[in-house]
Amino acid sequence: MNQSPGNGSTRREFLLRAIKATAAVAAASFIGYRFRTNRPPARTSEDAGTFSLPDFSIPNRPARMCVVTGADRTKTINLALDALGGMGEFVKNGDHVLIKVNAAFATPPILGATTHPQLLEDVIRLCYAAGAAAVAVTDNPINDAASCFELTGLAAAARSAGARVAVPREASFRPCTVPGATYLVNWPVLAEPFRGVTKLIGLAPVKDHQRSGASMTLKNWYGLLGGRRNVFHQDIHGIITDLAMMVKPTLVVLDGTQTMMTNGPTGGSLSDLKATNTMIVSTDPVAADAFGATLLGRTPADLPYILRAAAAGAGTANYDLLNPIMLKAGET
Amino acid sequence: MTSIVSIRRITQAAFLLLFLWLCAVMSLGTNWWQLRGWPVNIFLQLDPLAALSTLLSTGTLYRELFWAAGTVVLTILLGRFFCGWVCPFGTLHQFVGWLHRFGKPLAEKTRLNGYRPAQAIKYYILFFFLCAAAGTLLARLTSLARDGRIIPWIVVTACLLTAAILAATKLFPRAGRATAWLLAVTGAWTALAVFFPVERLIAGSVQTGLLDPIPLAHRSVHLALLPVADRFGGVLSAAPRQYTGALLIGAVFIAALGLNLWIPRFYCRFICPLGALFGLFGRFAFWRVGKTQSGCSMCSRCEANCEGACEPDTEIRISECVLCMNCLRSCHENVMSYRAAKSAGGEITSPDITRRGFMVSVASGFLAVPLARLGARLGLNWNPRLIRPPGALPEADFLNRCIKCGQCMRICPTNIIQPAGVEHGVEALWTPTLNFRIGTSGCQLNCVACGQICPTAAIRPLSLDERLGLNEYAEAGPIRSGMAFIEQGRCLPWAMGTPCIVCQENCPVSPKAIYTREVFVPLRDTLPVVAKADELTVDFGAAVLAPGAFANGDYFCAISGGSDPRPRRITENSASSLSIDSTDPWEREPAAGSQADVLIRLQRPYIDPRYCIGCGICEHECPVSGLKAIRVSAENESREPQHRILA
Repeated sequence: MNQSPGNGSTRREFLLRAIKATAAVAAASFIGYRFRTNRPPARTSEDAGTFSLPDFSIPNRPARMCVVTGADRTKTINLALDALGGMGEFVKNGDHVLIKVNAAFATPPILGATTHPQLLEDVIRLCYAAGAAAVAVTDNPINDAASCFELTGLAAAARSAGARVAVPREASFRPCTVPGATYLVNWPVLAEPFRGVTKLIGLAPVKDHQRSGASMTLKNWYGLLGGRRNVFHQDIHGIITDLAMMVKPTLVVLDGTQTMMTNGPTGGSLSDLKATNTMIVSTDPVAADAFGATLLGRTPADLPYILRAAAAGAGTANYDLLNPIMLKAGET
Repeated sequence: MTSIVSIRRITQAAFLLLFLWLCAVMSLGTNWWQLRGWPVNIFLQLDPLAALSTLLSTGTLYRELFWAAGTVVLTILLGRFFCGWVCPFGTLHQFVGWLHRFGKPLAEKTRLNGYRPAQAIKYYILFFFLCAAAGTLLARLTSLARDGRIIPWIVVTACLLTAAILAATKLFPRAGRATAWLLAVTGAWTALAVFFPVERLIAGSVQTGLLDPIPLAHRSVHLALLPVADRFGGVLSAAPRQYTGALLIGAVFIAALGLNLWIPRFYCRFICPLGALFGLFGRFAFWRVGKTQSGCSMCSRCEANCEGACEPDTEIRISECVLCMNCLRSCHENVMSYRAAKSAGGEITSPDITRRGFMVSVASGFLAVPLARLGARLGLNWNPRLIRPPGALPEADFLNRCIKCGQCMRICPTNIIQPAGVEHGVEALWTPTLNFRIGTSGCQLNCVACGQICPTAAIRPLSLDERLGLNEYAEAGPIRSGMAFIEQGRCLPWAMGTPCIVCQENCPVSPKAIYTREVFVPLRDTLPVVAKADELTVDFGAAVLAPGAFANGDYFCAISGGSDPRPRRITENSASSLSIDSTDPWEREPAAGSQADVLIRLQRPYIDPRYCIGCGICEHECPVSGLKAIRVSAENESREPQHRILA
């Protein structure tokens, strides 16, 4: 139609082109007007920490502790809990229990760098026997998480006792702010495994640790942190105090059956371990750690985080105040 | 009746799915579908190019690589069945090309699927790669002659020469001249070799993996496609997989597929060195596609759908035919068949290569590696950033085996085995290197997965005992991939007066390769003199301290100049005074007017080269997260004794 040489266009074509051009001009002007801003981008803003851990301790009950000596973990843990009135004192019918193990390193259980799988299995079975509806096991390890749970035997122990292993993923963490804490402000914390949980049990071995002096139940909460948590080693006692304020467990079990005396917290050799044959069960993690320090030949005064956690109200460093029940597991 | 084309399509789909399945199951875990004896290397082991190139470079066929001989035997019987029926990469090309030409007119299809002389390029690529790999063999042969072991030398040389002459007579029209040339070059080389160590002029390196479709497909799926796909599901790995340089690897894959929109099976026809190898064998094919009678209506329907672009309607090019069998189905006159007889329409059995092109590709193949080695990457200028996985062979042997398939990078549970980029040297492109900034941890102590999966033993299969230096390997000690070095200018306790030692905590060996020395360092800001003091407190009489600032257990107080300079731990401080640990009081109360210093207790890390195995867990965990304050480099690696640090 528009092929005739020398002839520009028909009126109809002109109008059409004019309408299209006007629409394009209007669209460009609108976009330019609508999206213009004089404000430069703000400083990076972090989401406020919305997640917080509930208090899992049993209310209105004085702190209690039991120490059992013996080499057989199944015997010592059962005896200790019996002495405290049985697992039913802590785990009730229908409870959803989360067990925080130490699965930090992808090493075999015999090296004692991680929670012993037999102890985990025993505690899971005790929880179910006390009526727990579900038991889950979690940790955010240092080495590759999947490898850690498998190589430490903890995944197998959890499976055989019927507990779910909550391996952390990117989406498992949520920013958390602990009131009064120095460092735990908007810091990513392992949140997903806590969904629906009503009771929290900490299961930690006693280990040498150069920076903090010892790694026991309080240091074990480090494994709930995400992000680049290694920066907190600059004030290790400060961060462990923050953790003591953040986590109020139902119960902690400190396994001093084999204590890692040297080369901690990784160990790596049987010669780093010593048979100290002690199982500590307590509702007060500070008291448990204060007692555990003696297995390493250290005193609470050598471990500033114990005194600071006590001062922050997370427990007592003087475990004698708890009148701990001291028992011996008979060898049969 | 099910047509042969339908059977071929079902077979292709099955092999593609099998390939993808074997890629998907390559993860360590306890689910039934995860790695537990799945034959994940089977496609690589059926690949004669991987087998032939490592045979040329090492003189051996490692483990199941000998299955490739089965592929060769079948190719000699059947033709290029692998390309048309098995190859997962070929199937993808065929599918994309089919989509593209779907519904196009017959003339356009015929144009797309016509033969092009450039299809000879893939043969030159093959010759180039094989000669690059054969450098090692040639060097070994040459040195045999000089070592006086004349008899084995004569036997091997005679065999190779006969094979070469036979090949030349089949490939080139004027065979006499080619034979003369070969004899002349061999004679001159031998004469030189008797008097001079000419083997030093040559070197070999397996680079077939760059373009060999099976390693290419493995690499692309493992390092580019699956990691992207798994970002949504998180099914195949707990943490999202990350690979440096995945963009290039993925781009090569996508580009290869995209070229089908220009010419169908572009990669197979013009580039694929494996296809070229099959093409050379295909001339022997016992059964072959061809015409049962010389005359037909020349409707060109057979050409319109020809995957190999092998001109079935005229003189069929046997070396290009991929046995897609489309011509059998397209032919309305039932002229096309697959049978144990020559095509009645005539056939061209040899690839369309020129003598000039052949000489250029052979010469450049033999020259490329020695040229690349002029950079002394295997000598004084070795690259300390190229950290190979534990069990990797010495670099020259490693390059003689690695086919860049990426299996080790996929299986690594911590995701630290990464494809090397060109910055690690051209020959090292896409070979495995350890990167401790990426992934979920360092190289885990109780893991030997990479060497167990490696199809060519470029990474030797280690037992845990050998890796860790236990039992029978106690004397040899653990395998070291490198060694950690601390940069004191970046390390917090060294440079910034700040406690840390995360590296020491995470060092997994016993005794730890990272140890610490305790020092007490005065703070930058000095304090006023003591106003008054008792055995547990020091009071400055004025508000000079931030309350509680020194109470975290890392700060100590010392009185300088006195008889009791030993630092005491500060347990509490107010604005004007500080208290020390009540179990360790001053021997004598500090006098008023004496100088009190606040010191920070630091544990400074050191490396003990006797114990460090270069696992890189320290580097991975170092809180100086940009350029790490502790970094592993390949110094002291077990595989290269000349890289050792200790005498």
